[in-house]
Amino acid sequence: MDAKTGTSRRSFLKGSVAIAGASVAGAASASEADPLITDVQDWASITGAGVDETPYGMPISFEKDVVRRNVEWLTASPISSINFTPIHALDGTITPQGCAFERHHSGAIELRKEDYRLMINGLVDNPLVFHYADLERFPRENHVYFCECAANTGMEWAGAQLNGAQFTHGMIHNMEYTGVPLRTLLNEAGLAAAGELKDKWVYVEGADASSNGRSIPMEKALDDVLVAFKANGEALRMEHGYPVRLVVPGWEGNMWVKWLRRIEVTDMAVESREETSKYTDVYEDGTARKWTWVMDAKSVITSPSPQMPIAHGKGPLVISGLAWSGHGKITRVDVSRDGGISWETARLGKQGDTKALTRFYLDIDWDGNPMLLQSRAMDETGYVQPTKEQLRAMRGENAVYHNNCIQTWFVDENGVAENVEVS
Amino acid sequence: MSKSLNQIVLPVAGGTALALSAALLFANMDYGQKKIGALEQRVEQISLQAETANRRADDEAAAVSDLKEKIAEIQAAAEERAARGGDLTERAPESGDKFGLGRTAKPEEVAAWDVDVLPDGRGLPEGKGDAYWGEEVFAEKCASCHGDFAEGVDNWPVLAGGFDTLGDKDPVKTVGSYWPYLSTVFDYVHRSMPFGEAQTLTADETYAIVAYILYSNDLVDDDFELSHENFAAFEMYNRDGFVIDDRPALEYAKWRAEPCMESCKPSVEITMRATFLDVTPEDGGESVMNHATADDTPTFVAAAPSAGTDEVAAEDAPSVAASASLDPVLVASGEKVFKKCGACHAVGAGAKNKSGPHLNGLFGRQMGSVDGFKYSKVFVAAQEQGRVWDEVALAEFLAKPRSYMKGTKMAFSGLRKQDDLDAITAYLKSVGE
Repeated sequence: MDAKTGTSRRSFLKGSVAIAGASVAGAASASEADPLITDVQDWASITGAGVDETPYGMPISFEKDVVRRNVEWLTASPISSINFTPIHALDGTITPQGCAFERHHSGAIELRKEDYRLMINGLVDNPLVFHYADLERFPRENHVYFCECAANTGMEWAGAQLNGAQFTHGMIHNMEYTGVPLRTLLNEAGLAAAGELKDKWVYVEGADASSNGRSIPMEKALDDVLVAFKANGEALRMEHGYPVRLVVPGWEGNMWVKWLRRIEVTDMAVESREETSKYTDVYEDGTARKWTWVMDAKSVITSPSPQMPIAHGKGPLVISGLAWSGHGKITRVDVSRDGGISWETARLGKQGDTKALTRFYLDIDWDGNPMLLQSRAMDETGYVQPTKEQLRAMRGENAVYHNNCIQTWFVDENGVAENVEVS
Repeated sequence: MSKSLNQIVLPVAGGTALALSAALLFANMDYGQKKIGALEQRVEQISLQAETANRRADDEAAAVSDLKEKIAEIQAAAEERAARGGDLTERAPESGDKFGLGRTAKPEEVAAWDVDVLPDGRGLPEGKGDAYWGEEVFAEKCASCHGDFAEGVDNWPVLAGGFDTLGDKDPVKTVGSYWPYLSTVFDYVHRSMPFGEAQTLTADETYAIVAYILYSNDLVDDDFELSHENFAAFEMYNRDGFVIDDRPALEYAKWRAEPCMESCKPSVEITMRATFLDVTPEDGGESVMNHATADDTPTFVAAAPSAGTDEVAAEDAPSVAASASLDPVLVASGEKVFKKCGACHAVGAGAKNKSGPHLNGLFGRQMGSVDGFKYSKVFVAAQEQGRVWDEVALAEFLAKPRSYMKGTKMAFSGLRKQDDLDAITAYLKSVGE
């Protein structure tokens, strides 16, 4: 992080030497006056950058490590792959678009607003085609929602694998979306032709080469699904489906179809590739669960964590993390420092958002002893985030998706953190 | 809001009254008639102004009251929404009327985009193709990723085989073993494949490819022809293998309970450490393995805020040490190289045949000799000749599989680096005994 000493999160990982150096440098009882204060620094004397030097600003160069990362060997090609949000280095709840994870099945495409068309067809009174500009004329809403890939933490089913919150829990982002409720568009096309709505479906499909499509039950489609064109106040990024994506609050990210081009009202689920061969969960006896749409309550401590070791030694320490639930609001997060023997209730950040990330903090006075850090989320339905053992007892070890287990970080006396499993 | 409006309204009225009383005070003094006349006129004007001000004050008070009501309404609505568990965003207005936006989709537009196929076969285009022709089309358009026999190249999906592996530790989920509906295969191939050239296959080509994929799964013979007419009658192997999400009954019912806060377990030990220590090394390259064991980690016990005292100061021991003569670093490196093989080959305790034979006890094993594995002709011949796997044979085979074993169905292109060959040899020795 510090350009002058050349230390970074990476040198922390190399061992305790860097840690020791860092804590000395950061000690409050420096014997000599700080030259950063007593000497006139360049930046206090020479003028800085003018306006317009970067018409659209990027993070300052010192933050260049805070980026999405992928793990090449996980997938066959980066065109059909995933990367991870650097959740370890972020705070608050909103994920900046530029570092929010990407998942493509056939790569991210450049689709101009002028070339964008959205079709509604199937069991509707009048099949319609909208241009992008039409969408901006419907009444719209703003909502903050998390989007989590169903495979988030999937690598950890069989045991502790990847060393970093970014890699174990980074298939998630949380943005404020601006969009038109899907029900508004469905009503515009008219649903009288669909008859009884209870057993009807909406099949949504993307415009990219993967043509990713998913079936959504009508009840959800008429509830809180958004046809979104802005995120965090600005246009969606290419990698998140510019100019229009679907937002399916609380449900697995694969259903949040990007480059949304078609909405079809049907009388049965299409059973597309992404809802049969993928995004289904095989259990020990070989049968599989399908239509596992909701993302259950989950949490993770983002700092300290393997990529965010404690660099300051004993004393005041902020333990910070994220919690979320596809069933609604997070009502409580407990933190354990001893691997689940005892728990303390953490302080929640901004509350009130449903199906959105909630930040939590536990402010402690660290005695310098090793810790086994865990967090456990509870949502407004009373659901308590399960342990890995509970999940394995229920589902076996063959599942890939929907791993919402309690995560453990082992923090040693040097403040170095590692992904572990505990008894 | 209402308070600040009151504060604005009152000074306006009060100020007017003050001016009025000052004027009357002047009027009682002994000034000239002219002045008195002028003052009387002025008093009238001020009275009029006072009336106007009063009227304005009344109007504004009414506005304040309206505003108060409106605020109360909004607050009540917000509270109701909050109580319902929703967020505080007001719903976009809806009307029974249409907004009149968009235009009617033309039939040829709907036909161009609405090509999905439902499980009952609705949506299929007319056409046909047999497995024999499908093999040619597949070889040309699909095999570079999926392999000539649909066995999958590198990390690309395996489409064939894997029957009866769904209950295994690493289930092989192929079209044959896992996919419940044939419509899904047609729909996906037709709409999303080939990778990088999607939506270019004709209906007949798609029928042929689907027929070939069924053939490669031994589900049909090579003269099998698939068409829109016999499509719906075909039943997939795993069609009854799925249950609808049963988390609400099995999990939510159990896990909605007040959790334990104190002395929840007597003690806690670390049972496993991260497999990969540095997932994305700074200088690029593959993830760095973690060789630390859980041996030297502390045990946490109840009634202590953090670690116990039974820490053991031990050097990190390599996790793979099956044979003392093997270099643990080389073995670990070989384990990483084996990731290229793991999609098709299993090794270690309980390893079974996947799309390739298991590799336990490989060195000293007769070629083509694993029970229950269907070898290609060249391996059957090698077995008959009594050829045996040793380090040299394995290294030559892995360097150029298809030239060493002409006709092998192993789709792997080969390991080019001598280091990798040495590493994988060490790894297979360490785990496969």
